[in-house]
Amino acid sequence: MLDDTDRRILRQYQAAPETGLQDLADRCGMTATTLGRRLDRLRARGILRATRGVIDWQVLGYSVEVSLRVTLDKSVPRAFEDFVDAAREVPEVLEIQTLLGQVDVRLSVIARDLAHYQALYRDRILALPHMTDIEALMHVARLKGDETLPI
Amino acid sequence: MIDLDDTDRALIRALSEDATLSAGALGRRFGLSQPAAWRRVRRLREAGVFRGHRLDLDAQALGFGVTVFLGIRLATKGRTSLGDFERAVQAIPEVQTVEHVLGMYDYRLRVVARDIPDFERVLRRRIMTLPGVGSVDANVLLSEERRPGPLGA
Repeated sequence: MLDDTDRRILRQYQAAPETGLQDLADRCGMTATTLGRRLDRLRARGILRATRGVIDWQVLGYSVEVSLRVTLDKSVPRAFEDFVDAAREVPEVLEIQTLLGQVDVRLSVIARDLAHYQALYRDRILALPHMTDIEALMHVARLKGDETLPI
Repeated sequence: MIDLDDTDRALIRALSEDATLSAGALGRRFGLSQPAAWRRVRRLREAGVFRGHRLDLDAQALGFGVTVFLGIRLATKGRTSLGDFERAVQAIPEVQTVEHVLGMYDYRLRVVARDIPDFERVLRRRIMTLPGVGSVDANVLLSEERRPGPLGA
């Protein structure tokens, strides 16, 4: 399991994920060598999978973001697999989540503008297999999005 | 909007998977000199292509076994209640994301918890007591996949 030092490192790193090794070591009160060793161990154990760059799709010209909540036809044995496989083929799909609740799958989809979204929705989304119901939430603003864990 | 060629798109994709890659490593991968890779990455960063970095952690291994998406409708929709709700909800440590949406909900939250009893505690003590909350719908996350997005790979 993690010790207190690992937790301190992950807390500090989560709070400032753009920080370089030396700065992070200062924040954690240890040498860069010790920190590097600790981080390597967290990576080797699969706890720290990666430090990812979060793309701002608006800057790349995608101004529309929609959350699609999909209900699938559960009488079809491979409904989930078929649906997810097909959704992967749509480049504008950023996230695919399977859920337990009123909806079965959620897709996060981006588009350049509403006209592009309409075309995507008609040509690619409605063509996905085994859907019985679909509803859309139009994204207005992201108020918190750092996805930190309360370690 | 920033102009991108295929090399830029490849760089964006590589950095979205590992933001710690050095200009040297990126250059070797995409056939650029180290200074050329560095100049391209600097241009992308200065244009704001990246909102920042995010640690991809194994939540399960860290003791967070449950992720739930909540759809929240506010009961009252004055300007003050919106502000009160938004301030309070962002301060909850278990709430990872808060999105203002249009549709059948007003807000969409991503919440982590250690297990179902812990989630119930967060829901009852922290979410249901937020100012202005009307109805709350919950969907438990079973699996999740993040895709690279339209980078023409």
